[in-house]
Parts: sequence; C-alpha cells; structure tokens
Amino acid sequence: MTFITANWNPLGEAFYRKSELYEMCWNLRDGLRDCLVAAAPYGGPIALLREPVRRSPSSRPQLEIYSASGVSIASFPWKSGPVVHLGWTRHFSMGQEVVQSQVLEAKVFHSPYGTGVAIVTGSSRFIMATNIDDLKLRRLPEVPGLQGKPSCWVVLNQDRQTKVLLSTGSELYILDNTSCTAVSLPGLAPQGGSIVHMSVSFSYKYLAVLTDSGHLWTGPSHLQDKMSEVDTKKLTPPKQMVWCRRPKSQQPSVVLMWDRLLMVVGVCQDTIQFPTEDQCVLVGEMDGVRIISSTNQELLQEVPLVCQEIFKIASMAPGALLLEAHREYEKSSQKADEYLREIKEQSMLGEAVSQCIEAAGHEYDPNTQKSLMRAASFGKCFLTDFSPGQFVTTCRELRVLNSVRESSVGLPLTHTQFKQMTLQVLIDRLVYRQFYPLAIEMCRYLKIPDYQGVSRVLKHWASCKVQQKDLSDEAIARAMCAKVGDSPGVSYSDIAAKAYECGRTELAIKLLDFEARSGEQVPLLLKMKRSQLALSKAVESGDTDLVYTVVTYLKNEMNRGDFFMTLRNQPVALSLYRQFCKLQEQETLKDLYNQDDDHKELANYYVTASYREKRLESRLSLLQSAVDEYNKAKNEFSAKATEEEMRLLRFQRKLDDEKGAGLLELSLQATMEALLALGLYKQAEQLYRDFRVPDKRYWWLKLKSLAEKEEWDELEKFSKSKKSPIGYLAFVEVCMKSNNKYEAKKYVSKVTPEQRVKAHLAISDLDGAADAAIERKNDSEIATVLSRCSAADRLLIERLNRASTAKK
Amino acid sequence: MAAHLSYGRVNLNILREAARKELREFLDKCAGSKAIVWDEYLTGPFGLIAQYSLLKEHEVEKMFTLKSGKLPSADVKNIIFFVRPRLELMDIIAENVFSEDKMHSSRDFHILFVPRRSMLCEQRLKEQGVLASFVNIDEYILDLIPYDGDLLSMEYESAFRECYLENDQTSLYHTAKGLMTLQALYGTIPQIYGKGDCARHVANMMLRMKREFAGSQNQILPVFDTLLLLDRNIDLLTPLATQLTYEGLIDEIYGITNGYVKLPPEKFAQKKQGAALSKKAKIISAAFEERHNAKTVGEIKQFVSQLPHMQAARSSLANHTSIAELIKDITTSEAFFENLTVEQEFMTGVDTDKVNTYIEDCIAQKDPLIKILRLMCMQSVCNNGLKQKVFEYYKREILQTYGYEHILTLNNLEKASLLKLQTSSRNNYPTIRKTLKLWMEDANEQNPNDISYVYSGYAPLSVRLTQVLARPGWRSIEEVLKLLPGPHFEERQQLPAGLHKKRQQGENRTTLVFFLGGVSYAEIAALRFLSQMEDSGMEYIIATTKLLNGTTWIKSLMDRPESQIS
Repeated sequence: MTFITANWNPLGEAFYRKSELYEMCWNLRDGLRDCLVAAAPYGGPIALLREPVRRSPSSRPQLEIYSASGVSIASFPWKSGPVVHLGWTRHFSMGQEVVQSQVLEAKVFHSPYGTGVAIVTGSSRFIMATNIDDLKLRRLPEVPGLQGKPSCWVVLNQDRQTKVLLSTGSELYILDNTSCTAVSLPGLAPQGGSIVHMSVSFSYKYLAVLTDSGHLWTGPSHLQDKMSEVDTKKLTPPKQMVWCRRPKSQQPSVVLMWDRLLMVVGVCQDTIQFPTEDQCVLVGEMDGVRIISSTNQELLQEVPLVCQEIFKIASMAPGALLLEAHREYEKSSQKADEYLREIKEQSMLGEAVSQCIEAAGHEYDPNTQKSLMRAASFGKCFLTDFSPGQFVTTCRELRVLNSVRESSVGLPLTHTQFKQMTLQVLIDRLVYRQFYPLAIEMCRYLKIPDYQGVSRVLKHWASCKVQQKDLSDEAIARAMCAKVGDSPGVSYSDIAAKAYECGRTELAIKLLDFEARSGEQVPLLLKMKRSQLALSKAVESGDTDLVYTVVTYLKNEMNRGDFFMTLRNQPVALSLYRQFCKLQEQETLKDLYNQDDDHKELANYYVTASYREKRLESRLSLLQSAVDEYNKAKNEFSAKATEEEMRLLRFQRKLDDEKGAGLLELSLQATMEALLALGLYKQAEQLYRDFRVPDKRYWWLKLKSLAEKEEWDELEKFSKSKKSPIGYLAFVEVCMKSNNKYEAKKYVSKVTPEQRVKAHLAISDLDGAADAAIERKNDSEIATVLSRCSAADRLLIERLNRASTAKK
Repeated sequence: MAAHLSYGRVNLNILREAARKELREFLDKCAGSKAIVWDEYLTGPFGLIAQYSLLKEHEVEKMFTLKSGKLPSADVKNIIFFVRPRLELMDIIAENVFSEDKMHSSRDFHILFVPRRSMLCEQRLKEQGVLASFVNIDEYILDLIPYDGDLLSMEYESAFRECYLENDQTSLYHTAKGLMTLQALYGTIPQIYGKGDCARHVANMMLRMKREFAGSQNQILPVFDTLLLLDRNIDLLTPLATQLTYEGLIDEIYGITNGYVKLPPEKFAQKKQGAALSKKAKIISAAFEERHNAKTVGEIKQFVSQLPHMQAARSSLANHTSIAELIKDITTSEAFFENLTVEQEFMTGVDTDKVNTYIEDCIAQKDPLIKILRLMCMQSVCNNGLKQKVFEYYKREILQTYGYEHILTLNNLEKASLLKLQTSSRNNYPTIRKTLKLWMEDANEQNPNDISYVYSGYAPLSVRLTQVLARPGWRSIEEVLKLLPGPHFEERQQLPAGLHKKRQQGENRTTLVFFLGGVSYAEIAALRFLSQMEDSGMEYIIATTKLLNGTTWIKSLMDRPESQIS
C-alpha cells in the first residue's frame, strides 16, 4: 500500500507508471527476435509470425495467435508468400494490381469507418482501402520523385478523410484522393535534418516526427502548430515510436524504443529512461502503451489525475484524506474522526467519495481497488443524499474487469478502454473466444435484457456446439434443449440451419423440433428435402400461403402420383390445392377427385363443366358423366334431376328446331310459360305430365298465362277441367289484376266459404262481402268489411254493426 | 376526424390511427407523385381508414379502378396497385404493365397487397413475366377495420364459404393475426372462450403465435377482459330470419355496404344518393314491427332529434325520417307480414316437418330464389333437417322453376348444413329453444327488456350464448352446448405481473365477441342492448369476418355457373 507510488516516475508536472499486466504464459524459444508481431488494441490478442522471410521457399512459417496473456488460441502454417506486415483485420483480398506489383510496405489502421489498409507497391504507388468491410481500393496520386519506398509514412484521419503523410527524407508530402501536396512542419529547427520516423496518436490528433539528428518534433496532426521539439541526443533511429496519452492528458508523451532502451519523451521536454533487457513490442492504446516482451507484459501510462491526487505523497486532496481516515478507522484509531472532520469542514465529503470511486476504477490491483472502495463506502455513511449509482456501477464493472483480466482469459482492459469499447463489444469478444459460461455469468450479473445478453451468448454457443464432431446428434440436441430451453430470441431454426451447413441433417431436424414457430421451420426443411415434414409444419402454422409455398414446391419436385399421395395425407393442403385448381387447373381437379373416388364432387365437377360448354352434344355427354357419378355416389335425387335436365334440353332443342321457339337455357317452368304464351298448349301439357309438375304450380302458371293473353273462354274451360288445386280465389284475383271484373265475378261463387269475403271484396262487392261475413258470423271478417266501408255506406255499416252485436 | 370510433368503452381510433400510420409510411416509401390503381373491392374498406385527403397529402394525384387493358394515362412517377392477393387480379395487373411499358418507361410500379402478400400471386406475376417490373412489393396488413365505436369487421366476404365449403382456413389465419394486432394495441386478453371448430382453430393459432413471440412481453394494461369466439355454424338460424331493427331493416331492404346505403333517390328532396348511417339508431326498430303500429313517424323524428351529433346535421334528420317512411311502406305490406308469419311459425316449431304452402306459393309466383332458399333453410334448421319427401319436393320445385344449374347451390347449402336430410327422428331445436329461451311470447318492443325484441320474439342464439356466458356461465348449459356443433372451450393467457386490472366498484367488464363467418345487424343490436342494460355489468365490442344478412350470406354460398360462361 505504502509503495503504491514506488513505480511512479515524474514527467514534468505529471507522473508515469509502468505496471506489470502479465507474466507471459507462452514459451518462446528465441524470444521475439526475428518475429513479426501484431497486437490488437483494447487488450486484444497477439499474432506472431516467426521468421517471415524464410531462407527456403518450401518451408512454411507458423502463424500463431495468443491471448494478451500469452495463452495460445490458434496456430496454423502460413501458406502464402513472404509477409511484409502483420495487422488485425478480417479476411479479404486486395485484387490483381497488388498481386502483380510487389507490396513493399503495409499498414493496418483503425478509424471510425472501420479497419483500413494502406500499402506501398513496388512501383512506389500508394493503394488504400478505408474500410475492408466495404472494400473500395483507392489508388492515390503519384508522389513526385519517389523511388522505392518512402523513408517513413503514416496514415492520417482528418476531416472525415483518410490521407497519407509521407517523407522522402527531406521532403514531406500529404497524399489525399486527388492530390499530393508538399508540406512542412511548423517551427522545426533548420538543423533538424531529414525525417526518419513518424508516429500518429491513437486518436489521429497528434503527430510525432523524429529526424536523423535525433530531434523529436510533436504537434497536432493538421500541421498548423508545434507543441514541442526535444533533442533526444540519439542518432540511431528507434525500432518503434508510439504516442502515450490518455483522455485529458496533463503531460502527453512519445515513447521511443531502441534495442536496450525505452525513452519516454514528454511534451514538456522532460524524459524518463527505462533500460530493457529483452526484445520488446509496443502497442498503442487509447490511454497508454502496452510493452510486450517474451517474458512479461507491462502497461505504461500517465497516472490519472485522480490517482495522483489521492496517492501523491502528502496530498491533502479530499480523497486522500478519506482514504487515510478509513485506514485509521480500521485501526480503531480516533484519528479517523479528525480526518473526517477536516474533510467535512470543507464540505468536501461528497467530492472525496467520488474521488475514491473514480480512482478505484483506474487501479489495476484488486487490493488497491478494495481499499479505495471501502474508503468510499465508509465516507458514504456520513452523507445523506449521495446517489449510490456511481458506487454500485463501479463495483460491478470492476468485478467484470477483474475477471476478464484473469490470465486465463487475458483481456487486460483498463476501465477507460472498457467504457469506450462498451459492454456489448466485450460480450461479443468473450463469445468469439468461446468463454460462454463467463459471458452468461456476466450478462446475468449485470442484468442485461435477455435479447442483448444471455440469448445472444446462447445463440453463439449453440451454433458452435453443433459443429462439435465428436458428439452424437442425440447428445447435442439434448444439451441444446437443456441450455437454450425457450430463451427468447434464440431461433432454433437458425441453429438448425447452421447444423445443416455443417452437414448434420439429422441433427438439424432434431433441432427444428424445438422451434416454436412452425413457419420458420419450413424453408429449411424444404432445403433439406424433408418435404413431407415441411408440409405438415406449414399446415400446423395455419399460414395458408406457406402451405401453398410447400405445395408448389412439391408439385415441381415430385412425380404426380407421389404428389397426390402426399396431399392425400394432408387434408388441409389438399383442400387448398383443390381451391387453386378450381381457379387454375380444372383438369387436375378432376384427377384429384378421381383419385379419391369422390364421386359426388366429380359429378358436381361435370355439372359445372357442362355449363362452360356451348355445344349441346358435349353438354349432354358431360351431364351423362355427371349422372353416372351421382349414381356411383348413391345420390339418387341428383342423378334423376340431372337426367331430367338432359330430357328437358333434348325437348327444348327439338322444339327450337321445329318451331323456332328459342327455349334453350330456359328453366322447365319458363319453358312451359313460353309454350303457353306461344299457344302450344299440348306441348306444355306434355311437359307438365312428363316432369310430374305439381298441379298447384301448373295451375298457377296456366291461369296467369291465359289471363295475360286475355283468353277468357279458355280460362273458363280450364277452370272447369277439374277441381282447382289452388282454389278459385286465385282466379278472381288474377282476373281483377287484368281489370276484368266481369270474368272475376264468374268465379266468386266457386270460392270456399272461408275465402268468400275476400273474394267479394276483391271485386269491390261490399254488399256481397257483408252478406258472406254475416252469414259466417265471423267478427274479424265483419271488421274487415267495416274497415272498407266509407261514410256513404251508412246502411251497410248499421247492418254489420247489428250483426256484430246480435252475436253477442 | 373519426369521432364516432372513440366514444365507446374501447377507443377504436387507436386501431384506425395505427392503420393510417402504416399507410402513410408505405406511401412515403414511393417518393414522388403517384397514381393508385384500386381493386374495386378495397375502396369501401379503405374509405373507413383514410379519405382521399390523406392520400392527396402524400402526393396521390390520380386514382383508377383496376381493369384489364391499358392503364389510363397520368403524369405521375409511381403507379401503385392496391389489390387483394387473388390470382385473377394478377393477370389483370400483368396486362396493365405490359401495355404500359411500350408507352412510358419512366414510371415505377408498386404493389400493395391487402391484407397480406402471397407467394402464389408473386409466382403468378413471375410466370407472366412482370414480377421484375415492380420496384416494390409490399403488404398492408389490414385485418380488422373499425366500423363503429364498438364494431370491427374484416369484410372478408368469402370467409364462411371458404371455412365450411372449401376447408380453406385462410380467413381464420387472418383472424388470428388480426387478434394479435389488436392485443398488441389493447393488451393481452386474459380469458378466451369459444364454441365451434373454427373458434378452436383460431384460439390455437393465437396461443401458438403468443408462444412464438415469447419474450417480448406486452406491457399494455388489458382493455378487454374476455374474448368470445363464436362459429357462425353454431347458429345458422339467426341470419336467416328477417332482421327487425331499424338498421337491420335498412340492410334487409336496401343493403348496407361499408357503412353506406344506396336509397332510391327520388324519395329524397336533396340530391343525395347515399346517406351515411348513424349507428346510434338502435332502438327505433320496434316501431316498424307490423303488429304493433304504435310508434308514429313523429316519434321517430323526436328520437332522431335527440341524438346530439345529429342535431348538427339537420339534413340527416330529414334523411332518417324519409328512410323510416320508406321502410314503413314495406313493413306494413301484406307480403312482408306473410313472410314474417311463416318465419315465426318455423321458429316456434309449427308444422316444420311438412311442405309449407307459403314456400310453395312463392315458388309458383317465382319470387326471388334467395328468399325461397332463406325460408327453406330456416325450416330445415328449425326441424333439424327435412324429411326426405319434403326435402326432395322442395329441391325439385327449385330446379324445375329456377333452373337445374342450382343443383350446385343446393349441394353447397347441404354441405354447409343449412339444408339437410333428417337422419334421426329426434329434433334438437325445441330443446335448444326452450333451454336458451329463444322464443319470448311477450316480447316488449316499445321498452325492450330482452334481446328477443330484435327479431320480435326470437332471441338470437348466438347472443343468448354470449349472455349466458357472462351470467351465470356456460356450465349451466353444458347439455345444450353439446347439441351444437364443435367443441366449446376456455383458455387463459398469462399476464405479466403488475398488469392485473384493479377493478373499480361497479366498473363494467369488457368482452370482445368475434363472429367467425359473419354477423347480422340485428345480432349487433342485441349485443348493444345487453351493453346498455343497467345490471348486465358487461360491455360488448363486436368483431366479425363480415357484416351480413340472410340474403348476402346465401348469395355467398351460391354457385352460378352461368356467370362463369362469359
């Protein structure tokens, strides 16, 4: 504890510290000598390629990937040609031109637009891709007078443009998309000499330039200003030169590395020198520099201001006092109270707690973190309105950070980096490294909603699990079901698709069974040629369009027989297909009914078809088929009715031919009506008898027809032909409809007693009606007659009233 | 704008606004001026969602009806087809696109499928070689359209036919989807009851869809307490009977489509062809019943004038008076009376097993076939099927009088159980009628105290079931439920903790009653009556696949091969 400042080195006003992150787990025989090394920022993994320039072309160097703590992650032989530069990107190709002309130098860079690559070709041209996920190669303009590769160059990111700053020794150029502009460094001393090394800061905001006379120039990267110029007094060019800054840096610096020396050069012109034993590699981070050697890894950084304030010897900052107070408190010393009082008198307790919490975030050692957090917690007790948010969050985040910093995981993230990178990305990185349990624990611990947290991890776990060749389908499916269960947002069909991609069809089918959304299962099942299963899943989903999709697919894939058989086992699909056929393929419809021996539907089909037919002969033959099918279906009525229809059609044609009657398409009733209208009574009679038309209907028809033609004699004859099945009131009414009162009267007497009043009223014979009503002694009839009387019928009214009262 | 949707217990304007928002989003996807080519069937339902002004705001400059041949010329950047996913429409679209390409080349084509896109249709466009001509193929999910403050309809015309004749359950899938949308806006409905095979199928799909969305918990406080799904085929009788409510009569006589009715123009002083109906006119109905001629036109006038939002429009008052007079002319006619008498005889079980002379006479007089079929079906339903002799007599009469082609229609009606042969000697209908009190002798039409007023004595079975469910519950009528087709069931949907409603004292519960296969205006009136009854404690919102009456319903089941000749 007391020695917390032991590794602090002053630089100007500020301090720099170099603390060990890991003892490397790897065992490198030859150290880092003759190796190409690339380490990804944000505590990322390290790629190592031994002896990139091989003596013999046949031997293949090994490309090894380690975690930041040196745990081997992967290793594979490098099969392509000699390697110029190693950087972290995704897989991609840079096209033909690059292949033809040799790559002299390359740089991988990261910007807000993604990861980019810039190279110098053998013809001294720069080619650049700003974002390899959206690969567009740009060939930059020619640099005047450049032969071979430039003495040094960097990629700059300014004003949303990616540019190259290069030096040919004496000259400095900026290359952008369209032009190559010569520039100069403001305020560089004339004796400076030619440029041998350049470095741009993590944020692309600052530039450091080293000349062959050992002068280090620093300034903003837009080259409008100068920050400082320091003489390093070293004439040999360094191996690496990297910016070391942090957000809100008090004292930014540039770190230069030679074979046995590490020099931190502050902008304030102060320097710190560290001797080094071993070959090292520097990795720039947003808040420091990682120094990787074959045995260990250290983090060099400017001590954050809040830590300086707390830990600086004899500091009187509130945080420092609080820490001291807590220390005394633990020793049960009353001094604790004194310290606390001092802070409280200045009303700085809130500030003190905040400082301790913030400092804890920046400390790498868990013991230091703990003592700071305890102090904060202690201070919090004396505050009434301090929001616990910051304290709780920091506690949680530190727990997460400490667990990923573990050597077995090997993510040496600082709190600042973690905040910048976000939790989502951290989870993704853990998932890619297959630390599933840790990732899930973390999601649960931080209470991330399932969709963004646990489910995402499980999804990745599942698609990785299905690739494990040594496990049986059964075992994987079981494990999957147990782990994934019905976690929201994990799609079993996606996992199944992955399994299928890996050639595990059976597993895919098993997994699809867990999928709740039947609709989702269908496309994959079709792809795997499990069409029957796909069909039943589609039916299950209730989505008829999906059923059609499968049916259409099956129709094209299968022979007709199999297709029909498949449909037969799926009534819903069959009905839908029938619907489709009704609209599109009438012939197929017939085949379907035939296959099912559905005689009734087949008969209906023929009937429908007959109406589309214009020629009578074909129509009759279709109807005959319908009759046969109705008979097979034991539908006697329909068979007979259809036979009748055929008989009628033949009759109509005969008469049309003989008399030009125009009967075709008319119903039986309409046919008889037409015949009567034409005076063809005999033929009408024939139909009446042949088709066993009920008397009532025929009598109505003939009655109306004769009245319409005003054939009154014929009507009278008809009325006497036999007893009317429709009674005689109908005769009265029909005659009256033709306004023939005279004829109507003839039938009044024949009307049944019950209807007599109505009949008399129909011919407006009030007296007759009154007589009938009185005779029948029927009150409601008397009332009906009364309601038809007008004031002029006074006598009649009296008579009716008398009859009515007499009855009572 | 759509104030009539928000006065009720459930603000259906939310649904309408959601639909409008989606429409706007689609229109904005097609930048620049547009012309819409309409599938004519859609214009009615769309009119309830968005007027022309909304379309105009989004640069819709022209509108055409989808017709084969060449598209009318219009100087616009985009041509958008608004169509139902039907194959025959795809052929017309293909024709349009083909004849278009030669003339202009700069117009962009889009398709908006309503209510859902279909693989079959896209396949068809591909076969026709025009699929690639479309910049944008999208779907506009318009399942449930708000018709009134308590009424939703999908206006899916062929739903009943597809479900019961063709075993095609597309409409039920859309129903389930529509109910999911509704739940997304109004909260998960905790209780689901249902009766019938289709109801079971819809409930199954809903529960499945809910499982599929597991994880995305709906955090809306449920507006509906209960969903009741009813198959139309558990109550085939009700729509067959002539509706005797005001709105029902207007529908029976003139036909209401999408909230509009076309009335004979000569009867109206103003040059108005159609009059938007106010759904408020619920209770006047009784006035038009033949036997009690108590209410005068004057009283109707008074009633109408009480409706506050009508006072604003004085012409509306005049319209309703004219309509009432028109209807009165018909309802007081002898023909109307005779028909009604026969209907009521059937419903009370008088002589249902004999050939009915009135039906016979109507056939002899060649009355409209649909009228005959309605009566016949009614007799069959009330008698649990017709005796073979009666059945075949009717059928022969129809075939001989109206033509043999109607054998297909008769087959269809048989398949839908609207007509059937009596197989067992036992007739269930009287049992059902008595247990559920479907016939009320002393129906009071002036001051109704029971739902039976809507059919002047007959209480709609469907609504009775709804009423019993609310109180005392279906357990009391298990036996009757078993006599009706299909299963009855109850399901519960878990609500996230904290969404359980804390009911105020005396606060009504809300039930969504969904009629699968259609509902009549009289049934709606009956449910509204129940909502208004002071002691019912229940408010009903009504949803359906289609608003129908006996005529439109039977029509949808007819096969008319002659129309296919052309």
